[in-house]
Amino acid sequence: MNSRALTYVLAAGALLGLTALAFAVGRYPVSLGEIFSLLIAKVTGSSHSLPANVETVVMQVRGPRVLAALVVGAALAAAGTAYQGMFRNPLVSPDILGVSTGAALGAVLGIFFSQGIIFIQLFAFAGGLAAVGLVYWIGSRLRGHDPLLALVLTGVVIGTLLGSAIALLKYLADPYNQLPAITYWLLGSLASISPRDLGLAAPLALLGLAPMLLLRWRMNLLALPDDEARALGVDTRKLRTVVVTAATLMTAAAVAVSGIIGWVGLLIPHAARLLVGPDIGRLLPLAMLLGAAFLLAVDTLCRTIATIEVPPGVLTALIGTPFFLWLFALARRSW
Amino acid sequence: MRSLVFIALVFPSVCQSQATIVDASGREVRPPAKVERVYAAGPPAGLLVFAIAPDKLTGWTRAMRPNEAQFFAEKYAQLPELGRLTGRGNTANVEVVLKAKTDLIVDVGSTGATLASLASQVQEQTKIPYALFDGRIETTPAALRSLGRLMGNEGEAEKLAAWYENELKSARQRVTRVSSHPLVYYGRGVNGLQTGGSGSINVEILDFLGARNAAAEARTGLAAVSLEQVILWNPEVILTTDPNYWKTIWDDARWRGVKAVAAKRVYLSPNLPFGWFDFPPGANRLLGVWWAGKLLYPQAFGDVDLRAKVTEFHRLFYHREPTAAQLDAMLGEPGVSGK
Repeated sequence: MNSRALTYVLAAGALLGLTALAFAVGRYPVSLGEIFSLLIAKVTGSSHSLPANVETVVMQVRGPRVLAALVVGAALAAAGTAYQGMFRNPLVSPDILGVSTGAALGAVLGIFFSQGIIFIQLFAFAGGLAAVGLVYWIGSRLRGHDPLLALVLTGVVIGTLLGSAIALLKYLADPYNQLPAITYWLLGSLASISPRDLGLAAPLALLGLAPMLLLRWRMNLLALPDDEARALGVDTRKLRTVVVTAATLMTAAAVAVSGIIGWVGLLIPHAARLLVGPDIGRLLPLAMLLGAAFLLAVDTLCRTIATIEVPPGVLTALIGTPFFLWLFALARRSW
Repeated sequence: MRSLVFIALVFPSVCQSQATIVDASGREVRPPAKVERVYAAGPPAGLLVFAIAPDKLTGWTRAMRPNEAQFFAEKYAQLPELGRLTGRGNTANVEVVLKAKTDLIVDVGSTGATLASLASQVQEQTKIPYALFDGRIETTPAALRSLGRLMGNEGEAEKLAAWYENELKSARQRVTRVSSHPLVYYGRGVNGLQTGGSGSINVEILDFLGARNAAAEARTGLAAVSLEQVILWNPEVILTTDPNYWKTIWDDARWRGVKAVAAKRVYLSPNLPFGWFDFPPGANRLLGVWWAGKLLYPQAFGDVDLRAKVTEFHRLFYHREPTAAQLDAMLGEPGVSGK
């Protein structure tokens, strides 16, 4: 087995181990034996004699949350990998084209108008898609520039505009009720994930991941100038549209249920690149594995270390900052 | 001797009518010779000023919405929106306060150093006396009295303060008769997963009622908790202020195992014209004391006529009794008395 294959196997093994661990720990004590007999009962369809709350915790609360952490982590890492490769820039995160900011504006609107959780998520998802749609539409109409640069700059300015809209809504929101709700949403959290949330977000995220995985070898060409890629027989405009659509779809689906969780999409592609090099074909699957494992580890800490929930964004930043700096000090090779 | 000094500090008007009074943050405020127009820096302050002397209030923090305005005489409901000056995010600017020809600025709520320094700064800028009062339920009578003195409405304020004190005393007496205290969880937000820890202003009513707050160990203000934690606490009663949460909890499999849900003891606090239970954190929450008292301790609070309590509170503090239809709507709202 070569060392690269070993890396994948180790990452997948670590992810499996972490998942098992994540199922076994939580605020509500559930023993490994109980989880095992529940699993047996579910697989064989037989009945079990466990307390009802044990089943609720494992099947309705902890299980969906663990799976959501995997999906959201993988989606953010994959989108970050695709964008960092496409924009040839190490500081790019999935939000570069405004998807999270758009989703945040949608969610904040939902909270501002006192909507239920379904509409808040729907607004967030639609907001994310709409923001990137707008950026892409404007960016591709700015002729006479490098198309990638036009896209990034449009993303930055539109993101800033949406950010001010969020600020305005926070300013107008009821300070006792809505403002804390907005703050909690913007901090991001997987605490309230329900089976329904997972059922909505996971298929959409997979719908985005599938074309990206299929096109991953070709995505390397996106970093080339358009004319060079065309000489190789690749229509970069079309490919770029597909990749941006896929990345947006999965990020919007993830953010709609988790709120904004920073650092995963920025940090994980670098970690994966350090292990298998810059080729997106090899990079993308590993980034997804690592992203899933990282967010799962962080979220497991968030829900276990204290009586109250710790916002995952705080932990990802605490871990991410030193790791990122260490990575740059270490890695001199071109990415 | 010490008690005389105390009296002089707390009741300066007894000693000298134009002497400064010490507000709840420890700042000295000189009462203006004549107070005709008072600017309230936030909703709890507006409520107290309005209760003492409705014609002196220059405006509300935000314009009344139709569902709130129905509880007030039209001329009061139509008072202008002046924004809030302190607390989380200012929406008023000092020029608005000046333009409103204000004689006195009042804030009721937290009295910490940040707000005290803001008050001093605005007072310096505008030369308008700026007083801060503690917004907790227990200190509301004291806040009413001090504010009444500053506004030159001692009589009206004393009447309200004495009544409020009596209500609190009556509630407290009932609490002493309670033998079993159910475990209570206060769920905020659309998913009900934000709550108030021990000592948090959000659950002041629970502390006042001597209730067992499930989240007491959190020891924070507002905090997010996980569903697993709530299932582990397994509260017998859930109180909420969020209608979306109250509606969805019944069909959500995740909440089904919680005792309160199984026993259908999940209650939604009324919120008009001002919330009863949590926000705004002012005198309005007296109604929440009676409402929650009846829900938590049905026996000790059994003789409390909520309808009469609401009518009396509205008459004294909002200067208009609710109509029978309004009372029906308020108390008949799904969730107010359970499912």
